[in-house]
Amino acid sequence: MEELLNKISLKLNAKFSNAIISSELLYDFPVFTINSANIHDVIRFLKEDDELNFHFLTDLTGAQTADEKQLSVIYHLHNMPKNWRVRVKTYFDINTPEIPTATDLWPGANWMERETYDFYGVRFIGHPNLKRILNVDEMDIFPLRKEYPLEDQTREDKDDKMFGR
Amino acid sequence: MSKKVNTTVPPSDSTEKEYSILNLGPTHPATHGIFQNVLRMDGEIIHDAVPTLGYIHRAFEKLAERRPYAQITPITDRLNYCSSPINNMGWHMTVEKLIKVEIPKRAEYMRVIVMELSRIADHIICNTIIGQDTGGTTGFLYLFQWREHIYDIFESICGARLTTNICRIGGFERDWSQTTWDKINLFIKDFPKALNEFNALLMRNKIFMDRTINCGPITSKMALEYSFTGPNLRAAGIDYDVRVASPYSSYQDFEFKIPIGTSGDTYDRFTVRDEEMKQSLSIISQAIKNMPSGKVHADIPDFFLPPKHEVYNNMEALIYHFKIVMGETDVPKGEIYHCVEGGNGELGFYLISDGGRTPFRLHFRRPCFIYYQAYPEMIKGAMLSDAIITMSSMNVIAGELDA
Repeated sequence: MEELLNKISLKLNAKFSNAIISSELLYDFPVFTINSANIHDVIRFLKEDDELNFHFLTDLTGAQTADEKQLSVIYHLHNMPKNWRVRVKTYFDINTPEIPTATDLWPGANWMERETYDFYGVRFIGHPNLKRILNVDEMDIFPLRKEYPLEDQTREDKDDKMFGR
Repeated sequence: MSKKVNTTVPPSDSTEKEYSILNLGPTHPATHGIFQNVLRMDGEIIHDAVPTLGYIHRAFEKLAERRPYAQITPITDRLNYCSSPINNMGWHMTVEKLIKVEIPKRAEYMRVIVMELSRIADHIICNTIIGQDTGGTTGFLYLFQWREHIYDIFESICGARLTTNICRIGGFERDWSQTTWDKINLFIKDFPKALNEFNALLMRNKIFMDRTINCGPITSKMALEYSFTGPNLRAAGIDYDVRVASPYSSYQDFEFKIPIGTSGDTYDRFTVRDEEMKQSLSIISQAIKNMPSGKVHADIPDFFLPPKHEVYNNMEALIYHFKIVMGETDVPKGEIYHCVEGGNGELGFYLISDGGRTPFRLHFRRPCFIYYQAYPEMIKGAMLSDAIITMSSMNVIAGELDA
């Protein structure tokens, strides 16, 4: 795993000098945090490079940072013949949630990006049909953002200070 | 897929070709679940399809952010409810990976038995429903009683049949009774005969073959681009199986083959699933034969409920019991992705923990959701009846699709 991390780091550093913000090994996964301006070029490079050949998009999803000021999009890529996996993340401001789409690289990214848009409001530039997928079209919030708590926090008829948190 | 189905009717003096719009679903008896497709038809031929999702969306990812880790297992039951035990085990293994605990070999082998039984149950549903949709009700009803036998086994292990909540973080809550083992032994002895009889009905049946060969095919290249996994990817000719690529729960100890198809059509998906059931039976026999002795759970008092008599008589056990039941156990910080081979493909759990009692973010990589988006592409130019069996052979499960 260490070896794979170094190999990818070397290749990415040679190609994109300041795109990598950090690289680390989390459990059994090499994880790269990439500048949001370069994210599309980096995943395209990871996909199309002959040696790395991360040809399979396992997963694409979003998340929010703990301070609620940033959103992130997380790609899990897989090189099946060599069984290498890598996680690529990118962070951007929650007020301008825009990154390029990956649907030009994988048609399978289509619904995953729609799901991420539906839950977090990330606008994927260039997506052919970016609209809600699981929630109703009329919904005007992005429900997985932390600013929308699961239950109404103003309720007074229910006291679960002790156990519910 | 990017465009909306055009529902406007051309003016009466227009010579433009007119299509008819057919609303297939959401509760059509032939779609086996809540799937809606708005089809644009030229007579019997499908020109375009737009699936609608979300009819049973239950916001599991949001719910999981408020629930302690042990209480998320019942949520995973309801993803692919045809093989809930695999989802449960996948979740337990994700948490075990996060808290870095090794569970005893015996528990891992027992998990393998449960997972393979539920894989058989899942494939029974898919294959018999292909039979049903092609007009053979006999096979459907005949093999379904074997799914009942599998559910009987689950019932004797954990008390539940469909939404099992089987096993715990750290291992099994108790060793299996002799009745359970008897039921499993009886099942692996008798099921191959029933499966062969079912196959004799369909596998080399001329009508069935004419009906399913070249129906809803997908090339291996397209399947990879659409992130297919599981039997549907293997039917297209790619030998990717999580159990082999990144073994979990001691799968490296077992000998089994990965069946693959060639053209990715309905017939290939049928045969791949059929062979997988046989391989699963072989894995179960190997697990029973080589079953190690020893404990069935790891020693992690923070997560694994203590025995009842200790709770009543011992202070520490009482504290742990209380903390686990009320969900007050903190887990370490971390960010992991763990995947298991579910009934439909790579079922992944992407978990971010901020060190609290609940996950900060939990994402389910649901194979159905990802491969169902290729469905409009696969049925373009096909007949309506082909669209029905293509969907049943892809084994799209509404619970997993909508999460």
